[in-house]
Amino acid sequence: MTPGSTALAEPAPPAGRKLFNWKLLLGVIGVAGLLGLSLLTGVYDVFGADDGDQMFAITRIPRTVALVLAGAAMAMSGLVMQLLTQNRFVEPTTTGTTEWAGLGLLLVLIVFPSASIMERMAGAIIAAFVGTMVFFLFLRRVSLRSSLIVPIVGIMLGAVVGSVSTFIALQTDMLQSLGVWFAGSFTSVLRGQYEVLWIVALVAVAVFLVADRLTVAGLGEDIATNVGLNYNRIILLGTGLIAVATGVVTVVVGNLPFLGLIVPNIVSMFRGDDLRSNLPWVCLLGIAIVTVCDLIARTLIMPFEIPVSVILGIIGAVVFIYLLLRQRRRA
Amino acid sequence: MLEPTVSSPGITPAAAAGDPAPRRGAGAFPTRRARRRYILILGVLALAAVAFAFGLLAWKNPMPVGSAGFWRIAELRVTNVTVMAIVAFCQAMATVSFQTVTNNRIITPSIMGFESLYVAVQTSTVYFLGATGLVAFAGTQQFLLQVALMVGFALVLYGWLLSGKYGNMQVMLLVGIIIGGGLGSVSTFMQRLLTPSEFDLLSARLFGSVTNADASYLPYAIPICLAAGGALWLNARRLNLVSLGRDSTVNLGLNHRFETIKVLFFVSILMAISTALVGPMTFLGFLVATLAYQFADTYDHRLVFPMAFLTGFVVLTGAYFVMNHIFYAQGVVSIIIELVGGSVFLYVILRKGRL
Amino acid sequence: MITLSNVRKSYNSEVSIGPVDLQIPAGGITALVGPNGAGKSTLLTMIGRLLGLDEGTIEIGGYDVTTTKSKDLAKIVSILRQENHYVTRLTVRQLVGFGRFPYSKGRLTVADEEVISRYIDFLDLRALENRYLDQLSGGQRQRAYVAMVLCQETDYVLLDEPLNNLDMRHSVQMMQHLHKAARELGRTIIIVLHDINFACHYGDRICAVKDGRIAEFGTPEEIMTDDLLTRVFETPVECINGPRGRLACFY
Repeated sequence: MTPGSTALAEPAPPAGRKLFNWKLLLGVIGVAGLLGLSLLTGVYDVFGADDGDQMFAITRIPRTVALVLAGAAMAMSGLVMQLLTQNRFVEPTTTGTTEWAGLGLLLVLIVFPSASIMERMAGAIIAAFVGTMVFFLFLRRVSLRSSLIVPIVGIMLGAVVGSVSTFIALQTDMLQSLGVWFAGSFTSVLRGQYEVLWIVALVAVAVFLVADRLTVAGLGEDIATNVGLNYNRIILLGTGLIAVATGVVTVVVGNLPFLGLIVPNIVSMFRGDDLRSNLPWVCLLGIAIVTVCDLIARTLIMPFEIPVSVILGIIGAVVFIYLLLRQRRRA
Repeated sequence: MLEPTVSSPGITPAAAAGDPAPRRGAGAFPTRRARRRYILILGVLALAAVAFAFGLLAWKNPMPVGSAGFWRIAELRVTNVTVMAIVAFCQAMATVSFQTVTNNRIITPSIMGFESLYVAVQTSTVYFLGATGLVAFAGTQQFLLQVALMVGFALVLYGWLLSGKYGNMQVMLLVGIIIGGGLGSVSTFMQRLLTPSEFDLLSARLFGSVTNADASYLPYAIPICLAAGGALWLNARRLNLVSLGRDSTVNLGLNHRFETIKVLFFVSILMAISTALVGPMTFLGFLVATLAYQFADTYDHRLVFPMAFLTGFVVLTGAYFVMNHIFYAQGVVSIIIELVGGSVFLYVILRKGRL
Repeated sequence: MITLSNVRKSYNSEVSIGPVDLQIPAGGITALVGPNGAGKSTLLTMIGRLLGLDEGTIEIGGYDVTTTKSKDLAKIVSILRQENHYVTRLTVRQLVGFGRFPYSKGRLTVADEEVISRYIDFLDLRALENRYLDQLSGGQRQRAYVAMVLCQETDYVLLDEPLNNLDMRHSVQMMQHLHKAARELGRTIIIVLHDINFACHYGDRICAVKDGRIAEFGTPEEIMTDDLLTRVFETPVECINGPRGRLACFY
């Protein structure tokens, strides 16, 4: 009984467990209902006003699509990190990836103040990639006594990168704007500005295709090589997926803390660790949680909005602590 | 290593030369050479500390050294140097002890919510009371209130997560960090709603700086620090044992949980004083402790503590001296220290090791 | 004497111990054997008070481990677990010196240093005493750990798989050292072993643990029978007479 890691059980797909069944259908309907609610929520009277349908198309639809894409992508990238590290408490916020993406974004904006959204995204993605590799390098070099050390170190790493960003922002008088970028919010998602978010849909699809290989890579280089997989290539692929999802979401929406952590954990709490049939649930629950948080953020102090990251940060922290206490009882 | 029967290449028998039958002892240093190295480093640090402290007091002092005017100007600067000494003392003692009881050399107590609490208190003061409120919210009462809040927070956390059947150090650390993160996101949100001028006023307080400290805090801060630090000092021998981990500690007859909570209590006092005095300094403690282990190279806390304190003082005074008088950029001192500390952190976690 | 009465412990959902009633007489080496997950180490760590019990009592030399003060117990029983890794860099001598903590509280006297020297010499570590633990081989490091628990000068010494990761030569050396400690220093040694033949040769008593209970307890002669070992280890075992006593064959 080595206390190596809270290993995710190896996915043992039970024969005949179908990807689609009536429960999933119910889930889809439930999420669709939430999204409908999201479409109908807002200060502007889209049905009464003359330009209501226009406003609907310019703000409400893009916002709801963005919720779907960002929620699914962040939940999936959390899952990818957990598969690769075999550690349940790992996701972009607990590994510093988000902070790296923010640093990349900041650097691009300082060097090229008029950078286009694509250029900003490129900066964020590259930085997120570098940061995730640094973290994986750390995990490969250090042997751990407790799986809980991993998020502790990851959060500290994030703090280091965050302090670099703060320093740069302070020197360039961008400190308050930095706070605005980092705070995830769907307020500014409008037609014509959010479309790049569709890139992350590709990430979700890719995870569906390579999930099993990611799990094997998570068991270590020796085991992966033994079953004939190119370990380094899978790690690069997984890191790439995480970096793209985190980078794009950070630039368009901002930080969505803890989403990637709580979603896969809740799904496996209710459904066990069957990876393949859990994937659609991870997507759905990610969307559902982001949508609910966004609805709360929009309605709590109407007509103003709270950044969704604040709501998510509080809810996520509570769920995370609950998960920790639960594991403590079992360990 | 100096056993006459063993010939290990690369080790000069110099230390043993004048001592044909080496004394066999299990003290802090295996060889005389290690002891000499320790004393030498400690001496160099002490000299540097005196030099920097004197430099900070006397540099660009228009009056001739020793004159009445000289001392009057120096006196004004004494507060800053004293604050640096207190911060170095708090951070050094707290971080070394904290790393020992958590059995982990890469964490720092400051991430455990102390700083987020400080930031949250400062931010909500501006948010609810405005800029005038922040200016009015000064003085010893607010200082002591902040210290009490932070220590109270820490005690609630320890009591909740370290006691009882399922007490677990790692869970406690992580929960502390996460609560800190939650507080941080609330603070960030409040900061967004501030006017730029309010924000400017606030941001001066959000970065650790010795100029944040007020001389009127010192009569309270110094005795509290000395008491908590002294308690840790008296515990040094027990800490030596605790650093071997829970099993060895229990086997050798100490109550591990009691020792841990006791030490963490003193750590929280020291961290609270340091944070309430000058603001967040996340990686100063980490930097100082890491350097001190390298310099001292012994398990004995009674020797690591002074080394860490002197290292911290030299780092702080040195950074301020260089930044004040050479680069004229006093405002960024703490951030420079943070960046150096952060880089050391990166270096340390990427070294092969075991945690 | 170590007395366990009605000891129970439910350790997560898979392992549960007890009820265990057992009396281990003072003196000599008692080997705990049994299949993986039988609860040998759990039992040992409970005797060494590193793990609490759910029910029952454990007495060592008349002292109840749950009610006796930990600092007093540290002079009666010492325990060494399998995994030992320290964040601090220690030399062999400094490590062994920690064994004196119950007496010196960290302030080593001249007398303590003499005791330390004695145990370092006892385990042939004199040439290595100022080396750092991370500079030693696995076998040398294991000897240093054992020197530390012996240096604690307790009547009862509990060792959890001290032969783990040791090659044949180092395993034999270690067992000879322990044998000497039992004979010459009069220690009562309880040791978890995986190799039944080591247990038979060096043990004065063997205690077979299975499914969290004591399956058998007796002298090596009583334990080393085909039926009994086959039953305990759930694998066919034949015992033959070797050149130096009984041998179990299970290949």
